[in-house]
Amino acid sequence: MALLSKFDDMRAALQALAAGGRNPFDVRFEKIVSATEAVLDGRSCLLFGTNNYLGLTFDESCIAASERSLRAGGTGTTGSRIANGTYGDHVLLEQRIAEFYGKRAAMIFTTGYQANLGLISTLAGRDDHLLIDADSHASIYDACKLSAAEVIRFRHNDADDLARRLRRLQGSTGHCIIVTEGIFSMLGDSAKLREIASVKREMGATLVVDEAHSLGTRGQHGRGVCEDAGVESDVDFVVGTFSKSLGAIGGFAVSDLPDFELLRTACRPYMFTASLPPAIVGSVTAALERIATDASLGERVRLNSGKLYRALAQEGFAVGPEPNPVVALKMPDKETAVRFWNRLLEQGVYANLALPPATPGSLSLIRCSISAAHSEAQINAALSIMTAVGRELGILDPERKTTAAQAAERVSA
Amino acid sequence: LTDHVNSIEAGVIELLAHRVPADTRVTAESRIVGDLGLDSVAVLDFIQDVEDRFDLSIPLERVAEVQTIGELSVAIQTLKRADR
Repeated sequence: MALLSKFDDMRAALQALAAGGRNPFDVRFEKIVSATEAVLDGRSCLLFGTNNYLGLTFDESCIAASERSLRAGGTGTTGSRIANGTYGDHVLLEQRIAEFYGKRAAMIFTTGYQANLGLISTLAGRDDHLLIDADSHASIYDACKLSAAEVIRFRHNDADDLARRLRRLQGSTGHCIIVTEGIFSMLGDSAKLREIASVKREMGATLVVDEAHSLGTRGQHGRGVCEDAGVESDVDFVVGTFSKSLGAIGGFAVSDLPDFELLRTACRPYMFTASLPPAIVGSVTAALERIATDASLGERVRLNSGKLYRALAQEGFAVGPEPNPVVALKMPDKETAVRFWNRLLEQGVYANLALPPATPGSLSLIRCSISAAHSEAQINAALSIMTAVGRELGILDPERKTTAAQAAERVSA
Repeated sequence: LTDHVNSIEAGVIELLAHRVPADTRVTAESRIVGDLGLDSVAVLDFIQDVEDRFDLSIPLERVAEVQTIGELSVAIQTLKRADR
């Protein structure tokens, strides 16, 4: 049997997907023109699937800071911080993140994936219990695999289910660590953090919230759904990424825990990988400054998201549960999703094709991410292409259209 | 005790009926991944149904250990005894 025969089913599934047009997991842009536009097959393409929520990848101040850091510190650190040492700019960025969240300390990681992997697997030891939202990101599931703790899933966004599971653990040894997210990446729904924080308090558990999709996009000061929900003091650890709103790569964790620094010599995904290079640290520090000083970025991404979400709902699409910078269109089946995605791309709109098992509830989705940098004209163009394709494939439901219109009327009344 | 496991098994098979095609034959020997056409997320959703039905939490590492409906039923019985 061939070494890779274990992936025969996957190979067949990929071939079936590619037969419908392009391979959705291998789109090759010739040129990235801006935060919202690329060139694909010689034609301009609107980017509605890149998580570039604040459009900072081409921000002048971020690029200038990155160039300065590159010149000053070189192209890479060539190793981990425990082996090669820490650069002054690593420390500065950690201080800035801690200040931004009003927490005692921050730790930065080389990717957002590693931030979850490192923090969660290190916090949860052999006798502890991890309680994770069922719709958690793969990095949280992988952290659980790396941890020696017992892992229990609670029903997505269901604080009562979480409480029941915590009650069953009463009397057992070890800590209970709850892990959830600010905005969930596939359907774009927000965590019910008020309810979850209340269960956390009642049961004396520890709470970790991953704000990957909500840093800069939610909260008056950009501190995510925790800020919006008014539960920041209940959240023991916030995890996040530099690869979305901050336009680069990397991850972080912040906390008020007095011994937080100990994790630096216990956390394997922090210790055994090279630290972030100067150019990245420079641009991320500048991007964080942009968020901290310019509230209009967050306001604009919320405005753009709400506009596209409501317009798509009014056209009769089945959208996710609430407007957020992730807007999901639920497709009736996988084949329609593949056709929809290909038709969008042919007409110059790039979104994400999200299929089971990467999606909750075995849904087939077209997942759009909205940016503060999208212009009104770009949003209108994407809306009109999506609506035309939706009509062509016969998936716009007039009944949904009426419901959405009534909901909009109720809001404006 | 055997009776108990049998009744757990019957309950588990009944829950599965909602998630697999109508003509799928499910027995204690059926492998949860492989024989029933469920992907990894669908398996975990099925496990949630089981947890609700039997009022317990089945840790993920336990889920990874069991292969058949029979093994899952024994795991449920063990967890029930430990009151989890």
